[in-house]
Amino acid sequence: MEAGSWKPGATNGKQSDSMVGIVGYGAYVPKYRIKSEVIAKVWGEDPDRIKNGLGVHEKAVASNDEDAATLAVEAAKIAIQRAGISPKKLGALYVGSESHPYAVKPTATIVAEAIGATPELTAADLEFACKAGTAGIQMCMGLVGSGMVDYGMAIGTDTSQGRPGDALEYSTGCGAAAYIIGKDAESLAIIEDTYSYTTDTPDFWRRNGADYPSHGGRFTGPPGYFKHVKNATLGLLKKMNGKVEDYDYFIFHQPNGKFPRAVAKMLGVPNEKIEEGLLTPYIGNTYSGSSPLGLANVLDVAKAGDRIFVTSFGSGAGSDAFSIRVTDNIKNRERGKPASYFIEQKEYLDYATYAKYRRKFKGM
Amino acid sequence: MTKFGEHWERGFRDLVTEAGVKALEDAGMSGAEISAGYVGTMAAGSLIGQEHTGALIADYMGLNPIPITRVEGACASGSLALRQGIMAVASGMHDVVVVGGVEKMTDLDTAEVSEILGGAGDQEWELFLGATFPALYAMMARRYMHDYGATEEMLASVAVKNHKHGSMNPLAQFQNEITIQEVLDSKMVSDPLKILDCSPLTDGAAAVVLAPLDIAKKYTDTPIEIVASAQASDTITLHNRDSITGVKAARIAAQAAYKQAGVSPSQIKVAEVHDCFTIAELMAIEDLGFFPKGKGGEASLNGETQIGAKIPINTSGGLKAAGHPVGATGIKQAVEIAWQLQGEAGKRQVSGADIGLSHNVGGSGATAVVHIYKRVN
Repeated sequence: MEAGSWKPGATNGKQSDSMVGIVGYGAYVPKYRIKSEVIAKVWGEDPDRIKNGLGVHEKAVASNDEDAATLAVEAAKIAIQRAGISPKKLGALYVGSESHPYAVKPTATIVAEAIGATPELTAADLEFACKAGTAGIQMCMGLVGSGMVDYGMAIGTDTSQGRPGDALEYSTGCGAAAYIIGKDAESLAIIEDTYSYTTDTPDFWRRNGADYPSHGGRFTGPPGYFKHVKNATLGLLKKMNGKVEDYDYFIFHQPNGKFPRAVAKMLGVPNEKIEEGLLTPYIGNTYSGSSPLGLANVLDVAKAGDRIFVTSFGSGAGSDAFSIRVTDNIKNRERGKPASYFIEQKEYLDYATYAKYRRKFKGM
Repeated sequence: MTKFGEHWERGFRDLVTEAGVKALEDAGMSGAEISAGYVGTMAAGSLIGQEHTGALIADYMGLNPIPITRVEGACASGSLALRQGIMAVASGMHDVVVVGGVEKMTDLDTAEVSEILGGAGDQEWELFLGATFPALYAMMARRYMHDYGATEEMLASVAVKNHKHGSMNPLAQFQNEITIQEVLDSKMVSDPLKILDCSPLTDGAAAVVLAPLDIAKKYTDTPIEIVASAQASDTITLHNRDSITGVKAARIAAQAAYKQAGVSPSQIKVAEVHDCFTIAELMAIEDLGFFPKGKGGEASLNGETQIGAKIPINTSGGLKAAGHPVGATGIKQAVEIAWQLQGEAGKRQVSGADIGLSHNVGGSGATAVVHIYKRVN
């Protein structure tokens, strides 16, 4: 597309007359927490170095009766409440995760049945590391924008695991966020445009059957996270002839507390604009829930007219960038519990109980 | 030379050809004029699964069918390659010779690379029993501190000075300055060596072109004469050395080099030494005769080895700040000394530099190579 030719509603290349947006959203974070210093003590690491270096103070832990499906259901129910629609009106439901309970048997149908959306809808599961949720949002934008469905739901949910003793054990948290996409007139926030940047970059992966993921160490930084987040952000700004100053909030994918602050600095985004959307220091990296949860936290406080920029990142690798404008309908957010309700509900665990809940003992 | 750093988008052959082409361009020479090559690379086989690197480089630099030979001596591989190049030219076997050093170290994770680098020691009696390089040099540091009353601040001052020099070197891996407190607060690797006492893992390559002195003026107005090349060996294991607070092979090589060149240590105006760990630089400046035994720490802390002081050491930033792509280091040292003697070292220029020295060590001191260079008038 030529610079200056951006029109509202246009997507990568094609122009569309109908605008789509977020008609409902919901967030859920399990109540258990484990502090970085408790983990550090077990592995003989310096807790201050973890907190200052990685920027993670504590993370959310799913209980032994929770999984990516149950978390997704909790978030989906709140999204339906906020949208104020009957679940039967959902025409599509996608669940993005890297901890789907089954390799074959969709999480999406468990959620659809649990919220009463079945049987007249299409559903499928998605995987793209931490950006499966935002990929689902883009799919729903297409289905709604083209008129194929009236409402589509996309969920990012994860109860991922970090290998015991690995750096990722400090940051791998659990959480979910659900988004119902519908037409602009009903939207709490309109999605003005989206742009994606995708390459084949093996920075982080988990083979079929492996319990824990592997990663390329320092390779996950510049050629992984930073390259894709920067290019997607700059790509969308260029496409829309926009600048950083046009936006009130930025949410970047947040694998730890450090990377989003570093990429913000590289892009000239002041820290104040990313703080509201940066949850990882308190709940850990919720993987597919990461930027969706950050966005939910911002939507909980944003005012009508605010503009929000979101760039997700999924290893493997790719980033989806979104430009969002909050509408007057945002007052309807009162219909559902805010993300902070769940983030502030905490019960701390010791390492042994955490390991039991997360099935880290051999022979469980 | 290439920039030293983590080159995620560039491989071994990209780096070495960049350095080789730059060297040829600097000499104003075409590949057709080169008659042989030598390359130093320590562990291409383990780091990237590539052996036969001499042939690979001849191919990728468009130099077929000239002979290119790989030379290996752990972290001294670069200087060993330089020595072979010197001997080839000096003996009259070849006229114009290109010598390169290269290492691609970021395709594996840190733990794997540390294990591979451990092969510079004794696999059976050191590495197999858990002694990686930080551990071996940490033992040398402990003993040195005990015998001479040196402090961790003295070790840290080496890193601080080298980062200061590196901040003036656009090709250095690290461009940031650091403080003594930052070094002391950095994460412990092997007591007393902390992460900022240790040189990093780096990708990079460097190359030089050698020719007989009598035709050198054809290619450059500022040829640098190599007036000494010396190498010595010592026991492979640290525990079999006579002493672990100095590198005997370096002393032997240095003495031979000074004799060959007909100069004394006090005539050296600038030196590049092997600071794989901060303790290594303290031992090096004593082994090279710049400071009395045991006084290297004080001298560093007092700023006597900075640019502008008594004997500027590691104006490139050394291994610590410029980076240490293992096989490339020995050649990078030669390049830095050449630039100093040619007056092309920019902000790092040592004024009046007419004689320089490079000191390159393999492993914990089993190989040491010293070269002395003179500006030709």
